[in-house]
Amino acid sequence: MNQRITCIASNTFREAVRDRVLYNLIAFALLLSGAAILVGQISIDIEKLVVINLGLTAVSLFGMIIAIFIGIGLVSKEIEKRTLYTVLSRPVRRWEFIIGKFFGLAGTLVVNAFFMAIGVFGALLYVAHKFQAPDAWVLVALYFIILQFLIICSLALLFSSFSSPLLSAVFAFSLVVIGTFSEDLRNFAAMANGPTKWLETAVAYIVPNFSALNIISSVAHAQPVPTQLIVYNTIYALFYASMALCGAVLIFQRRNLK
Amino acid sequence: MSAIEIIGLEKTYSVGFWRKRPKCALKPLHLTVEEGEIFGFLGPNGAGKTTTLKMLMGLVFPTGGSARILGLDINDPQVKAQIGFLPEQPYFYDYLTAHELLDYYGRLSGVPGKDLLPRIEKVLDRVGLRDVRGVQLRKFSKGMLQRAGIAQAILHEPKIVFFDEPMSGLDPMGRREVRDLMEQLKQEGKTVFFSTHILSDAEALCDRVAVIHLGELRAVGAVAELTSSVQGQIEIVWQGTAVPASIKALGAECHVTGDTVRAVLSEERQDLAVDVLRRERLHMISLVPVRTTLEQYFVEKLKRSEQTAGSLA
Repeated sequence: MNQRITCIASNTFREAVRDRVLYNLIAFALLLSGAAILVGQISIDIEKLVVINLGLTAVSLFGMIIAIFIGIGLVSKEIEKRTLYTVLSRPVRRWEFIIGKFFGLAGTLVVNAFFMAIGVFGALLYVAHKFQAPDAWVLVALYFIILQFLIICSLALLFSSFSSPLLSAVFAFSLVVIGTFSEDLRNFAAMANGPTKWLETAVAYIVPNFSALNIISSVAHAQPVPTQLIVYNTIYALFYASMALCGAVLIFQRRNLK
Repeated sequence: MSAIEIIGLEKTYSVGFWRKRPKCALKPLHLTVEEGEIFGFLGPNGAGKTTTLKMLMGLVFPTGGSARILGLDINDPQVKAQIGFLPEQPYFYDYLTAHELLDYYGRLSGVPGKDLLPRIEKVLDRVGLRDVRGVQLRKFSKGMLQRAGIAQAILHEPKIVFFDEPMSGLDPMGRREVRDLMEQLKQEGKTVFFSTHILSDAEALCDRVAVIHLGELRAVGAVAELTSSVQGQIEIVWQGTAVPASIKALGAECHVTGDTVRAVLSEERQDLAVDVLRRERLHMISLVPVRTTLEQYFVEKLKRSEQTAGSLA
């Protein structure tokens, strides 16, 4: 990675840290430790299932909220506050700025997810007293959650490159919600006929397929994750995020900074 | 080679939501700035100064024309390593300290790692922020932010420095400091291009100025050239508070300020007025031709261009 991209990425990370974004970890820690203590008292034999479900869902939800709320302002805030003027009047290309911002936000989310993962495994250890081999699938579920973050970051950046923060938030949230039910959309499309079928199929393939990236329930039941799915999801997420970033770059390259 | 060469640069925006209509922000602009000059770009608010600067910085894309900086097209990536830019009323990442801000901009500008720290220290010292280098920018006053802005613009030792309204919002001391800094930059051989509507600053600093109004260039030249038109009047100043009746009889306009009198009268009656002062034994301090100030020139230009625009409409 070139020095300018690294520099913009590290500054984006530093901004998130200094704006106290990582404080959400405190809320997460409180939620998880409370839940671990509570399920330890009220559940019989399903403590692990509850902790994994709750822990991974919280990691995913907290991360998505951060990705959307920071991502939608990454470009528009810099234009509004005119900080971008002093950056782009240097030997910084516009695509470097977008990519740097993406890596900065993705880095923030990975660090955030790392600390949350420690919390999840801590809670698991508390309720089960020891780790077992199937617990390793939790790491794969966490990896898929990070892949979802990459897609959301790139989409938030795409919307931020041409619209206001409010509209970007609406677009990004809508896509996250629709993407969560993308599997149902595909099923509807399979049952429909004519133009409705084409439309539903098109929408199902355009929106991000978060259904395939959500394996929380299966790892909570200690089901193994096929290697093929890991490879497919990795390629899918990287391709989708790259396309969204290309769109963001293409729009931003042509934008007049009035 | 000229430092800046603007060849027919123009900008038209599309305004309106449903029915887009063109709005001309800058009519084709032709301008040349020589190396080592302090060049003032004057005009009232909304004249097109910032649009021009943004086009030169690559922030706004021109709808026509081109520009060259140090012989290179403005879209050439090499250009940006040789220029520094201070935007109008700058706002920086307020979670950074002054030192961190300069470190960030220095890296973006490609300043080599080993040179960066000494340069940051030098620039902080130069703009008077050395003692607050560890303070976050959110705690800075407006004047301090402006200094941080100047520091980031000159950190990488650019050959040309662009300032957009650098004196805006500064107190008299702050303005003086910025003026001194611009003069130092000129002495170092750098070209300074700055936009302003504070005419006294332009008059005191600039080798040449350009006047722009309603997106159109109205005049370019040295300040002395633009203000050299003698109005056929002279100004005599003498010590005392007495205004002889014979001076008034010459049609002089007299003003008493403290213990001096200032009289403005026709150049043809200069000898008669001097004779009167001698006769009355009054101590003459100065006798100078009345020249147009830059402000008078500027106001006159704007009035004329508004009349022209009005008659065309």
